[in-house]
Amino acid sequence: MSFGQADLIALLPLIAVAAAAVLALLLAAFQEHARGALAVALLGLAAACALLPLAARAGPLGVTPLLIIDRYALLFMGLIFAATFAIALLCYSYFGGLNSAHRSVYVLLLLAALGSAVLVASSHFASFFLGLELLSVALFALIAYERDTERGIEAGIKYLVLAGLSSSFLAFGMALVYARFGTMRFAEIGAIVSAGNDAYDVELIAGIALILVGIGFKLAVVPFHMWTPDVYEGAAAPVSAFVATVSKGAALAVLLRYFIDVGAHRSAALTAALTAIAVASILAGNLLALLQDNVKRILAYSSISQLGYLLVAFLAAGPLGTEAIAYYLAAYFVTMIGAFGVVGAVSGPGADRASEALDQYSGLFWTRPWLAGVFTAMLLSLAGIPLTMGFVAKFYVVAAGIDAALWAPVITLVIGSVIGLFYYLRIIAVMCAPPPAAAPVNAQSGVLESGIVLAGLTVLLVVLGVYPAALIHVLHGALAGFGPS
Amino acid sequence: MLAWIFVPFAGGVLAWYAGRWRAVFARWIALVATAVTLALAVLEWTHSGSIHLSGQGPWLADSAWPWIPRFGISFHLAFDGLSLLMVTLTAFLGVVSVLASWREIGERVGFFHFNLLWTIGGAIGVFVALDLCLFFFFWERMLVPMYFLIAIWGHEQRRYAALKFFIFTQGSGLLMLLAILALVFFHQRASGVLTFDYFELLGTPLSQAAAMSTMLGFFIAFAVKLPAIPFHTWLPDAHTQAPTAGSVILAGVLLKTGAYGLLRFVLPLFPEAALRFAPVAMALGAIGIVYGAILAYAQSDLKRLVAYTSVSHLGFVLLGVFAWNAWALQGAVMQMVAHGITTGALFVLVGALQERTHTRDMRLLGGLWASVPRLGALGLFFAIASLGLPGLGNFVGEFLVLLGAFRVSILWTVIAALGLITAVVYALVLVQKTFHGENTRGWRLAECTPRESASLGAMVAIIVWLGLHPQPVIDTARASMNALASLPAAKAQQASLR
Repeated sequence: MSFGQADLIALLPLIAVAAAAVLALLLAAFQEHARGALAVALLGLAAACALLPLAARAGPLGVTPLLIIDRYALLFMGLIFAATFAIALLCYSYFGGLNSAHRSVYVLLLLAALGSAVLVASSHFASFFLGLELLSVALFALIAYERDTERGIEAGIKYLVLAGLSSSFLAFGMALVYARFGTMRFAEIGAIVSAGNDAYDVELIAGIALILVGIGFKLAVVPFHMWTPDVYEGAAAPVSAFVATVSKGAALAVLLRYFIDVGAHRSAALTAALTAIAVASILAGNLLALLQDNVKRILAYSSISQLGYLLVAFLAAGPLGTEAIAYYLAAYFVTMIGAFGVVGAVSGPGADRASEALDQYSGLFWTRPWLAGVFTAMLLSLAGIPLTMGFVAKFYVVAAGIDAALWAPVITLVIGSVIGLFYYLRIIAVMCAPPPAAAPVNAQSGVLESGIVLAGLTVLLVVLGVYPAALIHVLHGALAGFGPS
Repeated sequence: MLAWIFVPFAGGVLAWYAGRWRAVFARWIALVATAVTLALAVLEWTHSGSIHLSGQGPWLADSAWPWIPRFGISFHLAFDGLSLLMVTLTAFLGVVSVLASWREIGERVGFFHFNLLWTIGGAIGVFVALDLCLFFFFWERMLVPMYFLIAIWGHEQRRYAALKFFIFTQGSGLLMLLAILALVFFHQRASGVLTFDYFELLGTPLSQAAAMSTMLGFFIAFAVKLPAIPFHTWLPDAHTQAPTAGSVILAGVLLKTGAYGLLRFVLPLFPEAALRFAPVAMALGAIGIVYGAILAYAQSDLKRLVAYTSVSHLGFVLLGVFAWNAWALQGAVMQMVAHGITTGALFVLVGALQERTHTRDMRLLGGLWASVPRLGALGLFFAIASLGLPGLGNFVGEFLVLLGAFRVSILWTVIAALGLITAVVYALVLVQKTFHGENTRGWRLAECTPRESASLGAMVAIIVWLGLHPQPVIDTARASMNALASLPAAKAQQASLR
């Protein structure tokens, strides 16, 4: 198997990120302050995004049996890199801006982004596992990054243990499928499955189910969601944003590719299991969020329910479902990064539990109106209110669900959205309340970088919420013909 | 037509911005914005007579721009006589509500007017949107600012009331979204075209069960807004806790969006299903009339009393819409306009009293006539307008509804007519307990200001005009109502009665 120029071009985005990671690591070794590492990370991510169209022209191309660089992979890579870019800037603000000496966080972010990118481009169990581990290992360190706080260590260990467990499930599932078919390439498995009539036997279903369990941990869907609130609460706010968005988005993208290649949508057992997971995630996520008083925990449970909504689109299959997933993920990325960005700006680094409590947000509308405005926009988007991307995204998912006649999940989605209103509005109502006499919020002035990121995200949220046709056009083009037959 | 939506939205942003320097700028900007919207609507109305004669069907204007072509969604605006009436009413009540909050709102004035104007803009959008997705967009759009109006500037239990309002309307709205999407996909199956356009979705062939469930999705959303029993429980809380301007807009405009939705969407889109459902809906309407009136009588909180009268009055609208003949439909439209004005005026009055006495509890009030005879007289006028005295606007509406409904269901018409008697009771109790009787607390109040006299005086004039010469309103809505009444299903209903 030769490795030609086209292969190289197709891989350029991944190479750019990997090179940036190495360069940032070198800089971090020699420089005291964080600016160099941040600049390299941002440049690397921007370069990777800029190289995507080039790679698109070279593809769709299977680069070695491991990776496939098609428009689907590149689309999600774009999302991952853009999200990492925003999160890197948020990290810079969060960890003290100009005086920050936190350099290794950018290296870890780049590695995690690289792992996610490998994941969305994988067409083989080996690259699937490799990407997932690269992502996980970087995340252990990121989550426990604030190692001087007890919560950070706790969250890191929790994630380490559970991610290890889920990886072993995944590996066992892959082994079962391999034992059955003698191949690890998605496309070959799919070909064998569609050729044979008795393909869906216990061994294969068990294999796919175990893979589903492994990915389910990453997606934090019920019943694999237990770690989510603790990890989100313990990690630094921008890192929580990364766990909530990039890592979940990549895991969902690879799962969708696997399902489509293998034709797993045809299996009634798997569809039923996914339906149950979706319904349980929507209900449990929303109901448990009602009980929380910590904003990060509310967002964690909210993200569980959001993934439930995404699974509705996942179940819908078909081109409309794939588009819905892509749009919903884009909206979810923007919204969650924005929400955690606000949380980070309010509570600051090394925050203790009390500074993330809901009553710390009391009167935020009058003390820090812009921040509160951004947070309100993000929460309304999570609730799916018009003028935000969240509305169009929910519209997309409901449309896909109804088109596929998935009445039970869609109705659960509606019920879940109504329950969701309670806690989103609760936060907004707290922010509207008169401010407490002595402002207890630590008066960390709005740092420029996070301000720019949040403003940009809000503009994106509203513009693509009012005029979604631009993004839809891109998605429609990139995903044309991508869906189960 | 675009200006109707654009002016309040732009005015809202400007008012918010101006409110950062001086509160009074925000007030004036809001006043100018609503007044301009009103002027534009009235201008269109005076012009509409000539367009009518050219015989283009009920639609007076129609324009569409592509919005989300992927789903066949367009930015499609159009209006007929019904929309025009509702837009004019909305703009008028917008002016009234800005005036009513002139002194009541002292905090965060800019943001208040931003929310007020965006609610108004959203409601106008609802009345002119003829793409189902756009309609839903505006429908939801008006809720968030209204939530803020109640949650920030409301009275003692504002957060509870705001949350309840939002959950009820949003939940039912999502149900409507399901129904809209189901309708669109049924249409796509039948015709192969994915579109949200109202005119293309008319006459979508549906199986009986599909039509019924989709129709119910729409109906419940509109019945919550209307509100019809048993979906009315959000209304007393929201109306009572909202600031005056919020109550005026809620009662005068937001409730009308529910009635408008029934007329515009439920009847034309699902004629057969609506016909089968009509007996239930009429029963809900008639029960609502009596139930709302009895509960209104039982209240001691002035605002709550007025809120329950809305349940009663909108019962007439529901009854009229589903009686589904030209008279009843005209009556329903008339009732919508008249109720918007009288209830708006009553809320302004209650707000004025509350501003002066800091209470809405009728047990504490009494004998106010001596110190504020002009407010008292206005209160008496709107109370008897609300009970349906002949010669005033509400009577025309209620009478036409009863006339039309009598031909369809004698039973429910008789029960509905009972509401007229109970209305007398609550309206007179309102006046009696507030303005007459003994002034036990020794109230000495300031008489109405020129600002209050101007807005209430204008409302008096409109109610008298509607009562004595309702023809312009009836003419404006006639083409649309006749079109509705001549749908095959309506004909079938009339035929079955002969």
